[in-house]
Amino acid sequence: MNLEKLMRIDRRLIFLLIALAVIFPLLFPIGLPTHLSKPVQDTFNAVDSIPPDGPPLMLSIDYDPAAMPELYPMTLAILRHCFSRNIRVLVLSLHRAGPGIGEMATTRIAKEYGKKEGEDYVYLGFKPGFGAVILRMGEDIHGAFLTDYYNRPIGEIPMMREIHNYDDIPLVICLSAAAIPELWMMYAGSRYHQTIAAGVTAVSAADYYPFLQTDQLVGLIGGLKGASEYEKLVNELEERLGVDKKRKESLSKEEYEKLQVSHSKASAGMDSQSIAHLVIIAFIVIGNVAYFAQRRRKR
Amino acid sequence: MRRQLPLAICFVMGVSMVVQFFIPHRVSQEFYRTILDWYRIVFAFSLVLGTGTLIKVHWAKISKKSKGWQYSIITIGGLVFMLAVGFITGIQEGTLFMKIFEYVEVPLEATMFSLLAFYIASAAYRAFRARTVEATLLLIAAVVLMLGRIPFGYYLWHKIPGIAEWILTNPNMAAKRGIVIGVGLGMISTALKIILGIERSYIGGGK
Repeated sequence: MNLEKLMRIDRRLIFLLIALAVIFPLLFPIGLPTHLSKPVQDTFNAVDSIPPDGPPLMLSIDYDPAAMPELYPMTLAILRHCFSRNIRVLVLSLHRAGPGIGEMATTRIAKEYGKKEGEDYVYLGFKPGFGAVILRMGEDIHGAFLTDYYNRPIGEIPMMREIHNYDDIPLVICLSAAAIPELWMMYAGSRYHQTIAAGVTAVSAADYYPFLQTDQLVGLIGGLKGASEYEKLVNELEERLGVDKKRKESLSKEEYEKLQVSHSKASAGMDSQSIAHLVIIAFIVIGNVAYFAQRRRKR
Repeated sequence: MRRQLPLAICFVMGVSMVVQFFIPHRVSQEFYRTILDWYRIVFAFSLVLGTGTLIKVHWAKISKKSKGWQYSIITIGGLVFMLAVGFITGIQEGTLFMKIFEYVEVPLEATMFSLLAFYIASAAYRAFRARTVEATLLLIAAVVLMLGRIPFGYYLWHKIPGIAEWILTNPNMAAKRGIVIGVGLGMISTALKIILGIERSYIGGGK
């Protein structure tokens, strides 16, 4: 084949191959096994150490729909982890496009696990102001959020009677595609000594490794791979706790299979990501082989 | 006066907040909470300002029939429609508002973001050429990380995920930490310059 052609492959061909690499594994799953990484295991352990029916985990949904393919599966996995172990959850959003995602995720998973709004979880909704909201919650959550997402006064919610500030929150997990975890570390972490973990997109995961070493983050879930690892840990936990067995007994075969698919969304996505990465690497190799062959010929 | 008053407010508030941080007295704490509430209120108004500007810009485009004015009708129409639907049906799961969010906004935004995969693939093919030592290092690091972030990398050689993790926790972290410290020092110096009135560009004009 002409080297010039290899050096200048039509980008439409690259687009087509990437599209096929993404679509085919979604239609015909390969089921590649997931290997655990330490930052994800640490996040899981931090959530798992929260006592059942005790102080709640605070989950901050700080991303917009564009980041959903990566961050939504980890949102669902974290909520499933909490509800399967009866850990209470306090959900909020500092991103203007986050409240809809928070409502979708919380309502659906709570319904699946039979959890009651106001007792097992509270959805505070959105408040503008990023750092100001984080700082205000350090003083008094009731001052930062006067009502929840459904316009119910915070003081009337049973679960919120025992929760006033970060002293009553053992762990905050910020899920974000931007720099919002840094705000949580700067304001809630440094000023109020709040324990924080983060779930971020793969492209921004590299930015957060320095904070893992300094313990400013106790754990990190990076991209779809991190989400698939967390999903695997939760699926294993549910098997150990017998949650999966109970579900199998109470649901019809179709309902159970449908649920299994939704509980493995990140893992299914990893098949596509794996093949897409291999296609990109193949193109890089082709480009370099052609480049060096052409250079040798010129000499 | 138009320049001196904002500078004076900025100086007084900046110094007050710095001093307040070191005083754990009840009055100081109450002052801090009040300022935080004010900050959130001002921030909320920025959303109102943003919406107002959006309408103003697109309304001007429609009235002048500028290029692409038809899209401005969709923008303003969408804004008004979603506001009305939100007020009428509510914003809980199962409402029309949430259905539009889930079946229109979510796929649209996800589609826009997913286009990146195609451009990244094309850009990687064109840009990752081992022309120099630095480019070769970048190329090797990129390939190792791409393999390390997928299960296939483990089967290719079980140490690849570990090497990818090492790249992230050592060379990457060293560079990132340097950048973070630099940014932090820059933020402190800029904040001081604003409080002391040396940096005045935020009030328009000046240094």
